[in-house]
Amino acid sequence: MTGSLLFMAIVFLAGAIICVSLAKRLGLSSVIGYLLAGILIGPYVLGFIGEEGDDILHFAEFGVVMMLFLIGLEIEPKNFWNMRKTIIGMGGIQVGGTMLLSFLLFSLLGFDWEVTLVISMAIALSSTAIAMQTIKEKGLMPTTFGTSAFSILLFQDIIVIFMIGAMPLLANTGNTTTTDEHSTTANLIESLPLGLQTLAIISSVAVIIVLGRLIIVPMLRKVAKTGVRELLIAAAFLIVFGISFIMELVGLSPALGAFLGGVVLSNSEFKHELESTLEPFKNLLLGLFFMAVGASINFIVIAKSSLTIGGLLLAIILLKALVLYITAQVFKLKLDQKLLLTFSLAQVGEFAFVLLSFAFSLHILEQEQMDMMLVITALSMALTPIISMLNERVILPKVGTKQSIKRPMDHIAKSHKIILVGFGHFGSTIGRFLRSHGIEATILDQDSNRVDFLRKMGFEVYYGDATRLDLLESAGIADAKIIIVATNKLNVSKAISKIVKEKYPHVEMLIRTKNRDDAYELLNLGHENIYRESLETSLAMASEVLHKIGFRKYTLKRQVKNFIKYDETSLRRLAKTSKRGDDYIFKARKELQEQEELLGADFKRGIVDFDKHWDSEHIRKALENSTTKL
Amino acid sequence: MKKILIIFSHPKLEKSRANRSLIEHIRGKDQVTIHDLYEEYPDFHIDVPREQQLLEQHDIIIWHHPFYWYSCPPLMKQWIDMVLEFNWAYGPKGKALHNKICLNAITTGGSKEVYCSAGYNSFTVEQFLRPFEQTSNLCGMTYFPPFAVMGTHSISDEVLHNYKISYGKLIDLLQADLSLQDFEKLSFINDIPQLKTT
Repeated sequence: MTGSLLFMAIVFLAGAIICVSLAKRLGLSSVIGYLLAGILIGPYVLGFIGEEGDDILHFAEFGVVMMLFLIGLEIEPKNFWNMRKTIIGMGGIQVGGTMLLSFLLFSLLGFDWEVTLVISMAIALSSTAIAMQTIKEKGLMPTTFGTSAFSILLFQDIIVIFMIGAMPLLANTGNTTTTDEHSTTANLIESLPLGLQTLAIISSVAVIIVLGRLIIVPMLRKVAKTGVRELLIAAAFLIVFGISFIMELVGLSPALGAFLGGVVLSNSEFKHELESTLEPFKNLLLGLFFMAVGASINFIVIAKSSLTIGGLLLAIILLKALVLYITAQVFKLKLDQKLLLTFSLAQVGEFAFVLLSFAFSLHILEQEQMDMMLVITALSMALTPIISMLNERVILPKVGTKQSIKRPMDHIAKSHKIILVGFGHFGSTIGRFLRSHGIEATILDQDSNRVDFLRKMGFEVYYGDATRLDLLESAGIADAKIIIVATNKLNVSKAISKIVKEKYPHVEMLIRTKNRDDAYELLNLGHENIYRESLETSLAMASEVLHKIGFRKYTLKRQVKNFIKYDETSLRRLAKTSKRGDDYIFKARKELQEQEELLGADFKRGIVDFDKHWDSEHIRKALENSTTKL
Repeated sequence: MKKILIIFSHPKLEKSRANRSLIEHIRGKDQVTIHDLYEEYPDFHIDVPREQQLLEQHDIIIWHHPFYWYSCPPLMKQWIDMVLEFNWAYGPKGKALHNKICLNAITTGGSKEVYCSAGYNSFTVEQFLRPFEQTSNLCGMTYFPPFAVMGTHSISDEVLHNYKISYGKLIDLLQADLSLQDFEKLSFINDIPQLKTT
């Protein structure tokens, strides 16, 4: 049944496509869809996938590596350094606390101390794949919760290196055969004395930094010069594979190495190119990873000792949640952020698979113990999205909105209700200007710290995901006159505008977009009031330049208005022919093509002298050839 | 030496031969401030306190502008509306401009001949400028006869050259505290006969 590679590929891809689109339609996270697909095609339901599930899991862990590389790309070294206290503080409390509690728990259950320690280490680690994927999908990275979760996960990525390193020591006390069959996992570091180990770790980090600066960036420049698109994809993979290889060679986590590599490249000019190249591959690999997790859930083990597993699963999740809540408490997070953190990291993560199977191969764990823990890990990962969803739909709405202060609105604000989505740099300017006219917009924002502060300032603020109809409704969309979508995330503004257009077509929508591409998409969805954030600022700069070399200000001002009109027309014209969507591969080329087209049209338009107002030279010339006198 | 403020308004100076030549000729003269309204306030957002301070610092105000549709360009009207405030420029406490000298320096496309009862514009430039004259009067300023470059659509570069020399001379004389009587005797003012036929 599970023969050829082609067949496997078809099973995985079809499973993913069917289940993920189903999950999305039901408004669930894509992670649930992938897990479901894995369970379906796994050995216990349809049986398409058998033993090879484990190999796939290892292969798919590469998705996690890529994800960390991409996360690294978005973090500039300076910010990373600024986060060091949160990383060590929060991560330390979380890992230490969880290990302590689970050590107590499993000791009480009568396990050997080596086994208990291995299991505690495995439990302490959360799933970077699930948590980060969810955080990014919901655009929560810039919130306090996002950075806290990220810090903890990063700390775990670092600490796992030491855990893997410590594993053979545990084996020595019991069974001394760290045998040949594990030579694949043996690495350079283990054979070194402790001092040199540290040195090796530091120097390999240094190697990555130096590689990034001195080799990778110049290499990318060369590749970019060739103009061969697929070479860039190859180069992107080469970077990630290369870093992983070096890290595995010295025994560090490839994910950590990839993260560092990403940070090093984050302020190079190739940041966006690398991002858009690797993004779809990363998503697919992560999907594969989740499917493999789903497929590895051993329903026979569950059936045999369902009560033990159920009890342990519950105990472990509660225990992790408790420690996370305390960690958040220590770092003074707001209540809703605390809850988000608690529920999103309460699972046992993919590192557990690595640790447990390594411990098994070192004969620390027995087959049954490993199977049981693997099942618990997989189940806890599968439960995470469900728990998070419950938190978001049931608990958070009560916590998030109960603090809202009702302000008496004057009658203008009442009869002209305005909703403002997103109060970042862009939205806040809008909100301040409206307020300076006595118009109080109802604000929706995702950062609870900001929400808190805005409430103190007397704004009517709702916390949460504005793509949810119920939140829009509790913010009063039904009575609103205008909704301003000031977020810079296209998928968020698309989702909001779709809902509003469908359910509340009478509400006028003003939508901010980053660039032409996003504007095309929104125009093609039938939205008219699109505001490109870069248009007027760049023209202001351009006209300032022209002024500095002698052009008259008032003429420039009128020319800018005229250019905007011309550009809006061409935007609408080009929107009709643009069919881009998620076509990443050809995006850059299409963008170039389009710029060419725009510049071509500009060239035809020539140097514009768009009107003859107040132009006495023009009148003079006309009069020269006529008999009439003025 | 008297200090002169030239309130200059032209929405498209780069296309005006006459005004470019006049303005460039007097630019850089000692104690003469050229205040280019369309450059200062391209979005018509006039800084009133700053304008009032400028006016207070000068003795003679020249409204220099092309004569569009028998009046000034819109920004200059906006300037008058906003800057000449009640109880600053006029009204019981409005004495800020008292005893200053004020005049229009204008360019017209039509020639001298068309600005008279017999010409197709029916009225003289001075008649058309009455609103400015009365504005100046209400603010307690002494209104001097206008300096007008006429027929800019048809005059030769040479004639224009003479006009610009005259404009410079006029400014020199004003700075030397020329009286209204002497001013009216000036040849280049008298040179425009229509101005006299009120």
